[in-house]
Amino acid sequence: MKDQSVRPGTTRRDFLRTSLLAGGAAAASASVSTSAQAAGDPAILEVQPWAQALGDGVDARPYGFPSPFEEQVKRRNVDWLTADPVSSVNFTPLHDLDGIITPNGLCFERHHAGIAEVDPAQYRLMINGLVEKPLIFTIEDLKRFPRENHLYFLECAANSGMEWRGAQLNGCQFTHGMVHNVMYTGVKLRHLLERAGVKTKGKWLLAEGADASAMTRSIPMEKALDDCLVAFKMNGEALRPEQGYPVRLVVPGWEGNMWVKWLRRLEVGDQPWHHREETSKYTDLLADGRARRFTWVMDAKSIITNPSPQAPITHGRGHTVISGLAWSGRGTIPRVDVTLDGGKNWYPARMDGPSLPMSLHRFYFDFDWDGRALLLQSRAHDSTGYVQPTKDELRMVRGENSIYHNNGIQTWYVNNKGVAENVEVS
Amino acid sequence: QAAWAESFDLGREATPEEVAAWDIDVRPDGRGLPVGSGSVTDGEEVFIEKCAVCHGDFGEGVGRWPVLAGGQDTLAGERPVKTIGSYWPYLSTVWDYVHRAMPFGDAQSLSDDEVYAITAYLLYMNDVVDDEDFVLSKDNFADTRLPNEGGFFMDDRHKSPIFARTEVCMTDCKETVEITMRARVLDVTPDQAADEPADETMDQEAANPKST
Repeated sequence: MKDQSVRPGTTRRDFLRTSLLAGGAAAASASVSTSAQAAGDPAILEVQPWAQALGDGVDARPYGFPSPFEEQVKRRNVDWLTADPVSSVNFTPLHDLDGIITPNGLCFERHHAGIAEVDPAQYRLMINGLVEKPLIFTIEDLKRFPRENHLYFLECAANSGMEWRGAQLNGCQFTHGMVHNVMYTGVKLRHLLERAGVKTKGKWLLAEGADASAMTRSIPMEKALDDCLVAFKMNGEALRPEQGYPVRLVVPGWEGNMWVKWLRRLEVGDQPWHHREETSKYTDLLADGRARRFTWVMDAKSIITNPSPQAPITHGRGHTVISGLAWSGRGTIPRVDVTLDGGKNWYPARMDGPSLPMSLHRFYFDFDWDGRALLLQSRAHDSTGYVQPTKDELRMVRGENSIYHNNGIQTWYVNNKGVAENVEVS
Repeated sequence: QAAWAESFDLGREATPEEVAAWDIDVRPDGRGLPVGSGSVTDGEEVFIEKCAVCHGDFGEGVGRWPVLAGGQDTLAGERPVKTIGSYWPYLSTVWDYVHRAMPFGDAQSLSDDEVYAITAYLLYMNDVVDDEDFVLSKDNFADTRLPNEGGFFMDDRHKSPIFARTEVCMTDCKETVEITMRARVLDVTPDQAADEPADETMDQEAANPKST
C-alpha cells in the first residue's frame, strides 16, 4: 500500500483516547456523521487513491503478508514472566482472530533454548531402545509413509497459569493465548514404531528434541500407538522453525510440552524416565504439598475473544456479536453456554464451523446490547459430558499453586462504554 | 512381539555408535549413567565457574534465574519454593538435565565427571549430604535419594467433584454477583499504559439484557 493517509487507531490506548475525545461509546458512529458533508460520505464522494493509482504487481509479494492496517495483529510477550526471552513464551492474538484456524505466523511460541534452525538435509530421526531394530529416518523417508491430515489444538499446560491467584493480565491474548490450532500433515507414529518393531516390554516412549534444551518427555505406548503423528507440515506448508521445522511430534489433546519440536529421537522403554519436564516442571502442586504427575490431557475450556480487554465494543448499543473459542482434549465441544450477568442466567451459544475432536471450536452469541454493564462468561461442555468449572471450583480442589491446567471460567467486565476488563466475580 | 510392518521398508538400521551418540538419557534406576565420579569440592569449583553467574554461589538464583537449593518445607505454604532439595523426586533427573541442557547456552559441554561433581555439590547445597568429601559415582548413585520422592502421585483429576457434575444451572443461578478482583488495578499487562482511565462508572450490578 503506497498511500497510507488513512491509519486506524492501532492500539487499545488509541481507541480509548479517540473515544474519550469524541465522548464515549458513540464515538465510532459520531465521527463518521460529523465528518460527512450533507451531500454524503467523503469515503464515497471522493476518489480514493486505491481507486485511481496502480497497485503492486504480482511480482511484488512472492510470499504474501497481511495488510499494514493489520499490523497490530501479532504475537506479544510479557517481559516479566521469564528470566530470558530464549526460554520463554509468547501469545497468540486470539482477540484479533476468528474461525478456528490459527495463521502459522501467529501461532504462539514456547522454546526452552530458543529456535533451533535445523538444516533438513542434516535432519535425522532415530528410534532405539526396546525395538527389534534401531532405525534412522531422513525426512525423505518419513514422507514415504502413508500421510494423514488432522486439525488439532496445541495448548501450553501453563495457559492461564498466571491467573491462578486472580485476575492479573488484561486481555485474552495474555490470559488464554498459549493455544493454536492448525492442520497438521504427517505420518502416524505407529507406522514408524511398527517398522522398528516394539518389543512386548516396551510400554513407554521417550521423545527428544534436537535443540539445545534436548527436550524430553515420557509418553505411554498406548497413546503413541493411538493417534500421535510425526508431522512435517502445518496449514499446508512446512512447519515454521519456531514450531519445530522440519519435524515435530503431535500428541492430540495433551499438554503442549509433550509435542516435542525438532524431534530427533524416540526411545522405547519399560518405564517412564521422570525427566525434568515431568518432575520439576509439568507437575501440578496441590494445597497439601503433594503434586500430580503425568497430567497429560487438557480439559474442556472456553474463552470469549470478543468483546475482551483488547477488543472493546466500539459500536455502541444494539446488535452485538459475542465471539469465542472452546476446546477439549477429551473430544469435541457440542455446547457452550454464555452469561451476560456473571452467571445468574445462561444461554446456549451458537456453535459454528467444523466440530472436530481435540480441535478449537468457534461459538457466537448474538444479542441486542442495551448499553448496560455486562459480566461475560462462557462455559464449555465436551462430548464426554464434562462441564468447564469455575476458577473457584478448581481452587477448591487444587489450591492456587499448581501453575498448570487452569481451565477455569473467565469473566470480562464490560462497562457502559464498551470497555472490557479481566475481573473475578463472586 | 509386536507386528513388524515389512511393507514400509523405509529408513536404515542405526549403528551402535550412532545410538550411543544420541542416547544420553538417565532413569531413576540409574539406567543410562556412564562410568564416572565427582566430589562435592570438585563440584563447587565447577559450579562457581560455570553455573553461579545465573544460579548464585549457593544455588539461590540470581535475578529471575532458577533457585536450585533450599525451600524445604514450603510446598504446602502460600509461596512454595520448588528446588531440587524441596521438590524434585529423583537425583537421576538432576544428572540427566544438567548433562543434556546446561549450562544454558553451552549445552552438552560438561564431562561426565563434571556432571557427577556438580550433582554432588547440588546435594550438598540442599543438605542431602553434609560431607564435603562426599563422592558421587555411578556405583552409589541409586543409594542417594531426594526428600520429596514420595511427593508425587498419578493424575487423578477424574476422581474430583468437577468430573462428577451431571447438570448445570441455566436460570436464576445466584442472587448477587460482586466483582472481587480486577486486572487493571494490578497494571502489569504490556501495551497498557498506567494513565489509562480507570472506569469511574463501574457499577457492581451487572446488566441483564435479553438475548435475541
